[in-house]
Amino acid sequence: MASISRDEVANLARLARIEMTEPELDHLASEMDLILGAVARVQEVAGADVPPTSHPLALQNIFRPDVVAPSLTPDEALSGAPAQADQRFKVPQILGDAE
Amino acid sequence: MIHAHASAMAKSLAAGDITSVELTQQHLDRITAVDGDVHAFLHVDTEGALSQAAAVDARRASGEALSPLAGVPLALKDVMTQKGIPTTAGSKILEGWRPPYDSTVVSKLKSAGIVILGKTNMDEFAMGSSTENSAYGPTHNPWDLERIPGGSGGGSAASLASFEAPLAIGTDTGGSIRQPAAVTGTVGVKPTYGGVSRYGLIAFSSSLDQAGPCARTVLDTAMLHEAIAGYDPHDSTSINAPVPQVVAAARKLDVKGMKIGVVKELSGAGYQDGVRARFEESLEELVKAGAEIVEVSCPNFEYALAAYYLIAPSECSSNLARFDSMRYGIRIGDDGVRGAEEVMNMTREVGFGKEVKRRIILGTYALSSGYYDAYYGSAQKVRTLITQDFINAFQQADVLVSPTCPTTAFKIGEKSDDPLAMYLNDIATIPVNMAGIGGMSLPCGLAPEDGLPVGFQIMSPAMKDDLMYQVGGTLEAALLSKWGQPILANAPVLGVTF
Repeated sequence: MASISRDEVANLARLARIEMTEPELDHLASEMDLILGAVARVQEVAGADVPPTSHPLALQNIFRPDVVAPSLTPDEALSGAPAQADQRFKVPQILGDAE
Repeated sequence: MIHAHASAMAKSLAAGDITSVELTQQHLDRITAVDGDVHAFLHVDTEGALSQAAAVDARRASGEALSPLAGVPLALKDVMTQKGIPTTAGSKILEGWRPPYDSTVVSKLKSAGIVILGKTNMDEFAMGSSTENSAYGPTHNPWDLERIPGGSGGGSAASLASFEAPLAIGTDTGGSIRQPAAVTGTVGVKPTYGGVSRYGLIAFSSSLDQAGPCARTVLDTAMLHEAIAGYDPHDSTSINAPVPQVVAAARKLDVKGMKIGVVKELSGAGYQDGVRARFEESLEELVKAGAEIVEVSCPNFEYALAAYYLIAPSECSSNLARFDSMRYGIRIGDDGVRGAEEVMNMTREVGFGKEVKRRIILGTYALSSGYYDAYYGSAQKVRTLITQDFINAFQQADVLVSPTCPTTAFKIGEKSDDPLAMYLNDIATIPVNMAGIGGMSLPCGLAPEDGLPVGFQIMSPAMKDDLMYQVGGTLEAALLSKWGQPILANAPVLGVTF
């Protein structure tokens, strides 16, 4: 049966870039056990002979013609940015000082 | 004339009996009067709606040929971008965001002259079955304000049932159009996957998400369907084929010789007595109208819910990675000292609600190496089996039917602490999304035990959306003649009079 520890949930939260509080991690760890127990049922019928379906349509990759088309202006593209400078998205530092 | 059907409003507009500005104002007044109780809207665009309406009136006055629904107002689910209008998808992380572009659905509505009144409430990122997961507070069911209006598109459905709008747009990933329609006594359609463009629809689960029309009658729904459907080069999964003739189908009112398959696995244990009773009476109406009822079996449907709650969270964990506080949305903790990753972690902690976090973590787990085959991989195999069940069933029947949901609207708060109980709401709607086929819910009466609306689901093969409209239109007409008045005439709370 599926079982997931609190440490595993904390690691998942780290991977998902969510800084969860301790009570949140406790609560979620207990819920995840229940949910995983329920969804693990898929394994009962997923035999090796069954091909997976990733999408309802039989898709082929589609390319558009390589021609210039109207698109957002820099001002429009930046209109929702939390911070901007010199027509660019301004973000917190991405490389640590000590790393 | 807010109580009229959209098609009747369109007729009055064309005949010059009313202007779009007058009609729009009536709906804005209604929103002012009742939305404090219902909370269907997150944003009402009074000025924009009236100016769109005035533009349609001017085009009509100049003798221009207009689209069938030109001048009729509509409520837009807040998951669709509309240029310059606040769009949150029910999430705090997008609070204050005004998109710089229109979704294709909005572009099509605008070119059809349909007046957009505002944005409707929803479960955050469309994850939920009750609209309780909205970061902006729940929507209340107009039939009983203490009950949920369904979800995720509870705002759109409640706006129809409270006569705040005659038309609405929803999106349906596992039932988010059909289940709200069922519990509010309105009509909602999830078109065939790829039938309506997803461009500008804030993605939850890309292989399942599908926008669609909502209204108070099957014909109105069909008219809106034709207004928003069609091939769109902006969506790589858009179907490049003619739109099914759903308006003509809704007008046929004839099911003679059609075979209607009752899905054995989607009734029985777990379904409320009154839901089953109304469903079975509706089958009798279809028999009287000349249809043949056959029972079909879809044995793998019992695994659909489990597979859905792996596939949808997996896709969501990937799709929602874009909310990183760098390019749009809120940013928390940027003090000039903290690094980007820490700011991202803090923003996502504050910006996402409980259910969204739960699904991101579940999806992250299901996609992790070591668990991928057992969870996501197995769920994809179940998806194949469900599709195969549908293929087999459609060899025995033209359309398939079931109750839309196992119960009528439950009380706000009743299931919010029990995710597994909440997920069970979608048990009858999810298979349709897994296979990418079409599904409709229309009202089929009130459950005797609680007086609340029951939904009847019709499922049609991919690209044959017209068949569900044909059966739905026929059933609706039969029930209306039996009842003598529309189902919403029974909605007691908001002083509705016909």
